[in-house]
Amino acid sequence: MDASAGMGARGALVPEAASQAADVVVRAIDVHKRFGRLEVLKGIDLEVARGAVVCIIGPSGSGKSTFLRCVNHLEKIDAGRIEVNGHLIGYRERNGKLVEDSEKSIARQRAEIGIVFQRFNLFPHKTALENIIEAPVHVRGVPRKEALVGAEALLDRVGLADKRDVYPGKLSGGQQQRVAIARALAMNPTLMLFDEATSALDPEMIGEVLDVMKVLAREGMTMIVVTHEMGFAREAADRIAMMDDGRIVEMGRPEEFFADPKEERSRQFLSKILA
Amino acid sequence: MLASVDWHVVWERLFHPDEIFLRALLTTVYIAVAAQVLGVVLGLAAALMRMSRIAPLRWLSGFYVLIFRGTPLLVQIFFVYYGVNLLFGFALIPTTVNFGLFTMDGAVFAGILALGLNEGAYMREIIRAGIDAIDKGQMEAARSLGMRQGLAMRRIVLPQAARVIVPPLGNEFNAMIKNTSLVFTIGVYEMFSDAEIHYSQTFQPVEFFGAVAIWYLVLTSVWTVIQAAIERKLAASERADELTLWERMVEAWTPVQAWARGAR
Repeated sequence: MDASAGMGARGALVPEAASQAADVVVRAIDVHKRFGRLEVLKGIDLEVARGAVVCIIGPSGSGKSTFLRCVNHLEKIDAGRIEVNGHLIGYRERNGKLVEDSEKSIARQRAEIGIVFQRFNLFPHKTALENIIEAPVHVRGVPRKEALVGAEALLDRVGLADKRDVYPGKLSGGQQQRVAIARALAMNPTLMLFDEATSALDPEMIGEVLDVMKVLAREGMTMIVVTHEMGFAREAADRIAMMDDGRIVEMGRPEEFFADPKEERSRQFLSKILA
Repeated sequence: MLASVDWHVVWERLFHPDEIFLRALLTTVYIAVAAQVLGVVLGLAAALMRMSRIAPLRWLSGFYVLIFRGTPLLVQIFFVYYGVNLLFGFALIPTTVNFGLFTMDGAVFAGILALGLNEGAYMREIIRAGIDAIDKGQMEAARSLGMRQGLAMRRIVLPQAARVIVPPLGNEFNAMIKNTSLVFTIGVYEMFSDAEIHYSQTFQPVEFFGAVAIWYLVLTSVWTVIQAAIERKLAASERADELTLWERMVEAWTPVQAWARGAR
């Protein structure tokens, strides 16, 4: 795997990397991903500083969601490396090569990273409150009573305190997604991933979910947000990453990116989506 | 024609069963429940093995289903009861099995084992289909929260799969109740044996086989009612506002209680 070659070169930069480690939450280096013969990620480099919000935009099939899913190892990567809080995700280094990590340590890493899915994926056989305490109680071993207190506070934060004993089937899409955000936050993640969190919602429900995400961003949560909501990207993002055909073609601050995109591909995409 | 039927015998078999019959009935129920439980456990293990990353486990699971679904149940019962001890060269199935707390007749044990092994092969397919029916996003969500495969399976996927599994499982148990009659052939004294012995002494097939058929019908009917209650209970969590059977009963009794208090 050609990641090992790149690593040697970066080994020389260790002192500097270590001093930055506290500030960088996500560091992706030359990430490649292939589905069979189709290469969907062709070398992604991305750094996300603590407290930063990066919005990944781009056309369907550009690899945005795939990259996001690589960050918590829901997808394996074929080359490159991804670090979260300085720890290699999903792999261990053995004799300069990367081998897949044990299930146990992958699970432990995932517990630190919250992800919100396009289709919510709430547990339908559990109430809103039970959804939220499930992982704290059964993964972290938090006492149930303690977890319930935390869960109620989280439900309150996403504006659903009155829905604590309701099953997901009885909630609207927007409410379900807010419960899903609360469920991810219950594990006190250091990083939140949003995989087109509003794409499956009716238009009138998009706002309530985006509002919760904006509050999170303001409170200093480190976030990677794959989205088609340009309004949100413009308002909440610190940086925009424009992806196309498995690559990040342009990266910039939202005010610059939206006002004056440098790349032709970005201009085309924006003119289509903002038309 | 019907006049030749001794209705009194049928009546007696149904409404004044002797103690020997009741014990035979208990044996039937006992074998059916034990074999079904064994079948579910084996089926679950085989289903999980089939989804395993370890190839030999998948092969073993496939081989198991091939054998037990591909050969007659009666042959399996005879093979287990008469063949297994000879095959292994020692009494794997002794005349009396001692479980510490209780002992079990060797033939009953062999019958449960054979019926359970056979059932497990069918249950594997039912359980696998139940697990497959659950959206892949559920497993992903569970794992993204830091759950390991086993925990996610136990806490998230299987409870949801149970709802899909229960209706076909109910049909399997219905068949199991009736299939227990086959262990009569290895000398277990269960309901059918009881009928057969009475028949051989009296040559009244209509009366005794008719009566035992009705008893089987009673057992399967009772099970149908229980199954419906279980399905309602499993469905209750999804239709959150609908009352469970218990809540319905409480609800139904509340006005009666209020009325009784007022009357006093």
